[in-house]
Amino acid sequence: MTAPQIEIQLIAMVVAIACAIPGVFLVLRKMALISDAISHSILPGIVLGFFLTHDLNSPWLILLAAITGVITVVLVEAIQKTGLVKEDTAIGLVFPALFSIGVILIAKNANDVHLDVDAVLLGELAFAPFDRLELFGADVGPKSLWVMGIILICTLALLFLFFKELKVSTFDAGLSSALGISPIVMHYGLMSVSSITVVGAFDAVGAILVVALMIAPAATAYLLTSDLKKMIGLSIAFGVASALMGYWAAHLLDASISGAMTSVLGLVFLSVYLFAPNKGLISVLYRQRQQRTEVSLLTFLLHLNNHQDINERHINHLNEHINWQKVRSKTVVDLALKNNMISIEDDIVSLTEKGLEFTELALEYIITNKDEKIEPMKDDFFLFRG
Amino acid sequence: MEKIAVQVDDLTVAYNYKPVLWDIDLFIPEGVLMAIVGPNGAGKSTLIKAILGIIDPIAGSVSIYGKPYDKQRKLVAYVPQKGSVDWDFPTTALDVVMMGTYGSLGWIKRPGSKEKKAALEALEKVGMLSFKNRQISQLSGGQQQRVFLARALVQNASIYFMDEPFQGVDATTEIAIINILKELRKAGKTVIVVHHDLQTVPEYFDWVTFLNVKKIATGPVKDIFNDDNLTKTYGINYKVAINK
Repeated sequence: MTAPQIEIQLIAMVVAIACAIPGVFLVLRKMALISDAISHSILPGIVLGFFLTHDLNSPWLILLAAITGVITVVLVEAIQKTGLVKEDTAIGLVFPALFSIGVILIAKNANDVHLDVDAVLLGELAFAPFDRLELFGADVGPKSLWVMGIILICTLALLFLFFKELKVSTFDAGLSSALGISPIVMHYGLMSVSSITVVGAFDAVGAILVVALMIAPAATAYLLTSDLKKMIGLSIAFGVASALMGYWAAHLLDASISGAMTSVLGLVFLSVYLFAPNKGLISVLYRQRQQRTEVSLLTFLLHLNNHQDINERHINHLNEHINWQKVRSKTVVDLALKNNMISIEDDIVSLTEKGLEFTELALEYIITNKDEKIEPMKDDFFLFRG
Repeated sequence: MEKIAVQVDDLTVAYNYKPVLWDIDLFIPEGVLMAIVGPNGAGKSTLIKAILGIIDPIAGSVSIYGKPYDKQRKLVAYVPQKGSVDWDFPTTALDVVMMGTYGSLGWIKRPGSKEKKAALEALEKVGMLSFKNRQISQLSGGQQQRVFLARALVQNASIYFMDEPFQGVDATTEIAIINILKELRKAGKTVIVVHHDLQTVPEYFDWVTFLNVKKIATGPVKDIFNDDNLTKTYGINYKVAINK
């Protein structure tokens, strides 16, 4: 690997981590769309900042653009508060307005400088190593690595200090407010951090794709864990892994780095959506099938329990009595036999002691709906796992 | 004369200039178990939220033991409506109960072993200790409500505000919850509950406030829980079987 290659990957990793952290809270607060709005509406802020500083990595430009991001949120909430339109409509009204102001400003005034709409929207990670930071005459690395590194350190410090506050205000704003942890302060704090991160990252990955780095890792992690800390950890891992894989995919295909990174993010989400152990599509479908079989099994056992006369329990007539197809009856009988719940003598099916006990437990559960009744059954069956 | 736990003076709250609470005056004596009743949209939840400073009133004031709420936060515990939070949030029952300790911890400080112990005790009190590590979406409605109650208990407050704690819970949980509320009252705490089921008011509560945008009446259940006040509050000729 050459030095620029290493630098590009370092920047990609830092951007991925810095985006994943606020992304988790945006996803949990159901505000994913706000990040999209911010990423567009910071454009006029960037343009104005660029006119003032003539430097895309200046901290003033980043602050100015981040303020535009927060203004977006304020405007969206103000429009929403009128009660005339819903939040999604308010978002749809605000960010194109601000974005278009930015587009016009660029077209009118910035034709001769390195700032065009394409660069803002798509970014170009490959060029990041050319823009160096010099301190006391010495080259200390790419500027955007420093910018994003500082943003990341601030984000990590805030996350560490205010983790508890972020958690409670995200989960239960009412309680948070009653406890004296102002949800409004936390809300605008998170919006500010998100805005600053988007501005810092837009140069590297572009204003649109930065949204993918914020939302996709968090959405993926959400499918895998039920612990907030693990969700943050997993989001970071998915973000970093996708960024690195995306870089090498772009290298092999000779394509846009940010485009490849985003595609990988999408593919990672898709595979987790399909294969996640609990919430994944395949596992859900499998569980539903299991549950169907187990409901059938229970129906079958209840039937045996209710009917003592031999002709109701003859193996060849069972499917007629319960009105099942042959295949299904066979699955159910096999399952019951495997679990020693029935015995078959002279083609007559009877409940074993275990089967009887199981049926009674299940009946009690159906009547009382009390979880503790079925604790011992849970190991055998999906059905009762709730 | 008994102490006044909560005093509300001339409280008016409006959403978009439409008043939802109009000039409410209310004294809640210390040590009562009080129901707030009224039809949908009467402002019952809003009253609690305004007392707790979650909503800003356009007029009036609130005091908790004679001081503004800001200064008395630690004396007050709050149970919001169960439906007001996202139960798919990635966290466990124990962690939710721990949130009750965040108020006394203040900003930045993290909960430690003392807070964890208090949270476990509260879970035990509501009969949910064995579910402590269960993800909250895996709990039944009644269990979720018990977790919320445990979170209020861990605040170890003097005044408890609860927004419809019996909503969507089974009969067993309802009895368990009311027994805990009665225990709180016995310990000298003040408990204020937004309540829907008029039939159970005389059995569960000793104090009641009728509310419908304006305050209709407030006082001991045995004196004021009658057809006259019910009709004034609900607007129709409301009759309930009251077993005094």
